[in-house]
Amino acid sequence: MRVRSRGRLLAGPLAVTVAVLAGCSGTDARDGDDTTLTVFAAASLQGAFERLADRFEDEHEGVTVELSLAGSSDLAAQIQQGAPADVFASADTPTMARLVADGLVGTPADFATNTLQIAVPPGNPAGVETLDDLAAPDVALVLCAPQVPCGAASTKVADAAGLDLAPVSEEQSVTDVLGKVVAGEADAGLVYVTDVAAAGDDVEGIDLPGPPDAVNTYPIATVGDDGDARADLAQRFVDLVLSDEGQETLAGFGFAAPDASP
Amino acid sequence: MTLSFAATLPARGFDVELDVAEGRTLALLGPNGAGKSTALGLAAGTLRPHDGAITLDDRPLVRVDAGRTRTWVPPHDRQVALLAQEPLLFPHLSVRQNVAFGPRSQGARRRAADAAADRRLAEVGLAHLADRAPSTLSGGQAQRVAVARALAAEPRLLLLDEPMAALDVDVRPELRQRLQHLLAGQTAVVTTHDVLDALLLADEVAVIEAGRVVERGPTARVLSRPRSAFAARIAGLNLLTGSWTGDGVTTEAGEVVHGHAPGSDLAVGAPMTAVFRPASVSVYLEERHGSPRNTFRGTVRTLEPHGDLVRVRTDHLAADVTPGAAAELSLVPGTKVWLSVKAAEVDVYPG
Amino acid sequence: MTAPAGDAGAGLPRWAFVPAAVGGLFVVLPLVAMATRVDWSGYWSLVTSASARAALALSLQTSAASTAVCLVLGIPMALVLARCRFPGIDLLRSLVMVPLVLPPVVGGVALLYTFGRRGLLGETLEVAGLQVAFSTTAVVLAQTFVALPFLVMTLEGALRTAGSRYDVVAASLGARPTTVLRRVTLPLVGPGLVSGTVLSFARALGEFGATITFAGSLEGVTRTLPLEIYLQRETDPDAAVALSLLLVVVAVLVIAVTRQGRPARSPL
Repeated sequence: MRVRSRGRLLAGPLAVTVAVLAGCSGTDARDGDDTTLTVFAAASLQGAFERLADRFEDEHEGVTVELSLAGSSDLAAQIQQGAPADVFASADTPTMARLVADGLVGTPADFATNTLQIAVPPGNPAGVETLDDLAAPDVALVLCAPQVPCGAASTKVADAAGLDLAPVSEEQSVTDVLGKVVAGEADAGLVYVTDVAAAGDDVEGIDLPGPPDAVNTYPIATVGDDGDARADLAQRFVDLVLSDEGQETLAGFGFAAPDASP
Repeated sequence: MTLSFAATLPARGFDVELDVAEGRTLALLGPNGAGKSTALGLAAGTLRPHDGAITLDDRPLVRVDAGRTRTWVPPHDRQVALLAQEPLLFPHLSVRQNVAFGPRSQGARRRAADAAADRRLAEVGLAHLADRAPSTLSGGQAQRVAVARALAAEPRLLLLDEPMAALDVDVRPELRQRLQHLLAGQTAVVTTHDVLDALLLADEVAVIEAGRVVERGPTARVLSRPRSAFAARIAGLNLLTGSWTGDGVTTEAGEVVHGHAPGSDLAVGAPMTAVFRPASVSVYLEERHGSPRNTFRGTVRTLEPHGDLVRVRTDHLAADVTPGAAAELSLVPGTKVWLSVKAAEVDVYPG
Repeated sequence: MTAPAGDAGAGLPRWAFVPAAVGGLFVVLPLVAMATRVDWSGYWSLVTSASARAALALSLQTSAASTAVCLVLGIPMALVLARCRFPGIDLLRSLVMVPLVLPPVVGGVALLYTFGRRGLLGETLEVAGLQVAFSTTAVVLAQTFVALPFLVMTLEGALRTAGSRYDVVAASLGARPTTVLRRVTLPLVGPGLVSGTVLSFARALGEFGATITFAGSLEGVTRTLPLEIYLQRETDPDAAVALSLLLVVVAVLVIAVTRQGRPARSPL
C-alpha cells in the first residue's frame, strides 16, 4: 500500500518536463501481474482505510492499494480533472452528488456516518460543558468555515439549538480546527467524533446534547467505466468497506453505521 | 607637536612611532605591505591598536594599554580626513553635494556648506563642474574633487593614501602640483611609492619596512643620503652599508668601499653608509685595476630601459649604461660582470 | 534569426535557449491556463463581492504593515550581518534564512508556540493585555516571519557588494554613524533595498500556510486573499479562479510599478 497526495497533470509543451519530474514518484509502476488500486478517500478516513487497505492487499495477491487522502472537495476536483482514481470515498453526500451528476462515478453507497462533538483542550480551561457555553463571549470558539462539510454541519447544530455562534476563526478543514484546540489557542471547537478519537489525549470530547443528529453521511463509489478487471477489483474494495468486517473497522475509529442516521 | 602617534599591532607585526608638526606634511615611504596603510587606518580610526597612544593637537584620540581601550574617539569625531587611492565620490550626490558633505555632516546649513564647497572646488580648478554627477568626471577630475571634499571638512589632519596611484601617469603632475599648493599649512600624512610625491609634497620622510620605521628625516636629507635600502632605491641610488675601517667602508660581505668621507675623526668600526648613482657605475666583463676605483663582482639579474640608457641590475647594485655598451658586452641576465665606480663618485657618511 | 544592431555580447550557446524557453513557459503557461478558466461575464461581480473586497483590503493592509515591520527590523539585521564580525555570526545568518526553506505551515506552528496563548511569549503578552491569537496582528506576524528573510538576504548582498569604503570616507569627513547610514550607506544600496522591499511585500501578499496555521481564518480579520481563494475552491471554483487572477494582477502591478524608473544596471 502506498499513501500519497496526487497532483494534477498538465498537458501541452510542459508534458515532457512534468513526465521527467513525475518519474521520480513511481506512478503507474505496474510490473508483471501487479495491479495498483487507487483509492481516493476523505482525510478523516485515514486510519480506518489504511487498515482496510492492508486487509484488502492480504486477500488479493499482487494487488497494491494506493490511498490518496485529502479533503473531499479537493479529491472530487481532481477526479473531475481526470485523475486516475478507482474508488472514491467522500465525507459528505453533496460532493459525491456532484460527481454522480457528471457521470464520473458508479452508484454511491453510504458506508458510515459521523457526529460532531465539542473538542476542548485537556483540562477544559474555559470550562465548557454544554453547547450553549460555546456562545459565551469569553470562549474562543473555532469552527469549520460554512463552505466546508464540517462547517455546514456546525451551522446546522447551531441553528437547531437556536444559538448565534461567533467563532474567532472559521477554518478550512476539521484538521485545522482540531489543531487550534490541541495547541490551546482555541477554548473549544466543533469537530467530528472520529477526530476526537484519533487525537487521543490531546483533546477532550464533549457530546452534544440529545440524540446524535446533524451527522455527515459518507458515501463510497467506484470511479470510471464498468466492465474491466480493475472495475471488478474496485467493486470488491467497496464491498469490503460495506461488509461487517469493514463496518467493524470503521466503528473502531469512531464512525457510526449509516443506518444510524435519521 | 600636532600629531603624536605610537601604536603596535602585533597581529600585523606593526610597531611604529611618528610625529608630525603643525602644518607640516610627512611622507610615509615603504614597500607594499610594510604597514603604511595600517598607520593611516590607526590614525583614521578604522583600526584599533593593541597598544598605543595617538594625540592630535593635545587631544587624545586613542589610548590602548595591552588591548584595554582607555580612550577611543570614533572616526567621525577625530577631525581626521582620509583621501584614498580612488576618489570614492558618493555616486548619488552631485559634485557640489559631495564637497559639501563634510560641512553638512558637521552641522553647517545648506547654504553655508554649498558656499564652502564652491570655494574648495575653485581651489582645485573645478568650480564649473559643481552640478555634474561624479560618474561624468575623468579620473583626474574625480580625484581633485575628492581632495576638495577632504579639505572642505576642515580636518586637523589630512591622510592621503597613495593619492596618485590609481591615476593615469599623464594626469599625476597636475594633481601633484595642486596638492603641493593645497597642503601648504595643512598637517598631513601621505603614503607613496613615488619619489616625486615625497620631494614635492613632504617636508619630512619616514621609511617603513616590515612594520618598523627604519629611517626618518627631512626629505632632502633622506633622498640625498639615504640609510635604508628602500629610500636609496626610490632615490635612485646604490646603497652599501658597513663599518668604518680607517680608509673605507667594509661591508658584511667583505667588500671595501672607498669614497668621499666627511672627515677624519671617524672611529674605526662606526656604522657607515656609502651611496653612489647608477650612472657613475661602469660595467666590465673582466676585473679592472688602476685609478682609485671600487670594483664589485656581480651577476646580471635584470635589464630595463631607464630614460635613454639601460639599467643593469645585479643582486644589490644598479648601473646605467648606454644601449650600445650593453649590446657590445652582450649583457643578458646571468652574465658575470664587474661593476666599477670611482671613489670620488661615492658619498660616504655615518649611519 | 535577425537581431537588433548594437551590443552583441559574447553570445550564448544556442542550446541554452531551449531550457530557457521551457522555463519561461513553465511559469507563464499556468497563468494563461488559469486566465482561460475565468468566467469573464461574471468576473466583476465575483471580485467585488463583499468577502472578496474584505479579503483584498485585508491582504493589502497586512502586507503593507508586515513590509514596514520587515524594513524596521530587516535593515538593521542586514547591516549587522553585512558589517559586523563576531563569533557565531555565520550561524546567525543561517538561522535568519531558515524561514526561506521552512514550509510555511511549520513557520505557523513555530509562531503558534511562540505567540500563541500557551506559547513562549503568549502568556506574557496576555498579561500585558495583548491577545495575538486570531487577530490581524497574527496575520502581520506570520507574513513578517516569512517575508523578512527576503529583505535581509537581498539587502545584505547589496551591502556586501557596495562594501564599506564609502562609509569610511563619510565618517572621516565628520559624519556620525546615523548620518553615514542615512546619506551614504542606504542610498548606495537603494536598488537592493527596493528589490528587497518588493520581494517582501510580494511574499507577504502570497502568504498562506503560516497564516492559516497561526492566525486562523475569519472574514475581515484574518482571512487574507489567499485564504479566501482556498476557501472559495470548496464551493465556488469560479470565484476562486477570479480571485486568483486578481492576486496575480496585484502582484504584477506591484512589481511593475517598483521596477519602473529603476536602472537596469546592478547595484553598486
